[in-house]
Amino acid sequence: MLDDTDRRILRQLQADPRLSGAELASRAGLNAATCWRRLERLRERGVLRGSRAVIDWRALGYSVEVSLRVTLDKAVPRAFEDFAASVREIPEVLEIQTFLGQVDVRLGLIARDLAHYQTLYRDRILTLPHIADLEALMHVARIKTDETVPL
Amino acid sequence: MIDLDEIDRAILRQLSEDAGLSASALGKRIGLSQPATWRRVQRLEEAGVLSGARLDLDLAALGFGVTVFLGVKLGTKGRVSLADFERAVSAVPEVQTVEHVLGLYDYRLRVTARDIADFERVLRRRIMTLPGVANVDANVMLSEERLAGPI
Repeated sequence: MLDDTDRRILRQLQADPRLSGAELASRAGLNAATCWRRLERLRERGVLRGSRAVIDWRALGYSVEVSLRVTLDKAVPRAFEDFAASVREIPEVLEIQTFLGQVDVRLGLIARDLAHYQTLYRDRILTLPHIADLEALMHVARIKTDETVPL
Repeated sequence: MIDLDEIDRAILRQLSEDAGLSASALGKRIGLSQPATWRRVQRLEEAGVLSGARLDLDLAALGFGVTVFLGVKLGTKGRVSLADFERAVSAVPEVQTVEHVLGLYDYRLRVTARDIADFERVLRRRIMTLPGVANVDANVMLSEERLAGPI
């Protein structure tokens, strides 16, 4: 199990994943060697998988972001597997999430503009297999995005 | 908006897998010298394409077993201050992301909790009590897949 020291390290690292080892140790109130050993152990146990760069798609000209909430046709066996395999072929899809609830799958999709979105929607999304119902939410603004957890 | 060439794309792909790569390690993977790689990364950061990093944690191992997406509808428009709602909801530690959307809901929240009982506590005490909330729709996440995106 994690102790308070592990949590302190992860809390600091979560706030700034690109901290250097020395800076992280000082913020967590540890000496560098202890901090390094703790980090190694968290990695070995798979608690800390790494860090991933966040790409700002707007800076690359993708100004439209849409959440597509999809209900699949439950009468078809392997409906989700077929659907997901086709979705992975669409480069503009950033996220695939599955749910317990009214919605089966959510896709996070980006497009350069509304015309591009319309093309993607008609040619790539509506042609996906086994869709029973589809509903779109257009993103207006991101208010909070840090995706941190209260450690 | 900046144009990317194949090398930039390779850098973005590598860093979205591992944001902790040093310029020399990154350079080796894509066949570029350390200084040239560093300059490329600098340019991507200055253009705002690389907008930070996110820690990849095994949330279940940290005791966060449940992720729920909430669709929040606010009450009588015009009488509720969006800014008040946004400030209050962003301050809830269990709320990971807040997105202002158009469609069936006004806001989409990603909420993390220890288990369903803990989620119920967060929902009742922290979400339903937010200023202006009229209606909340919850979908419990079962799985998530993040894709590289159009790079």
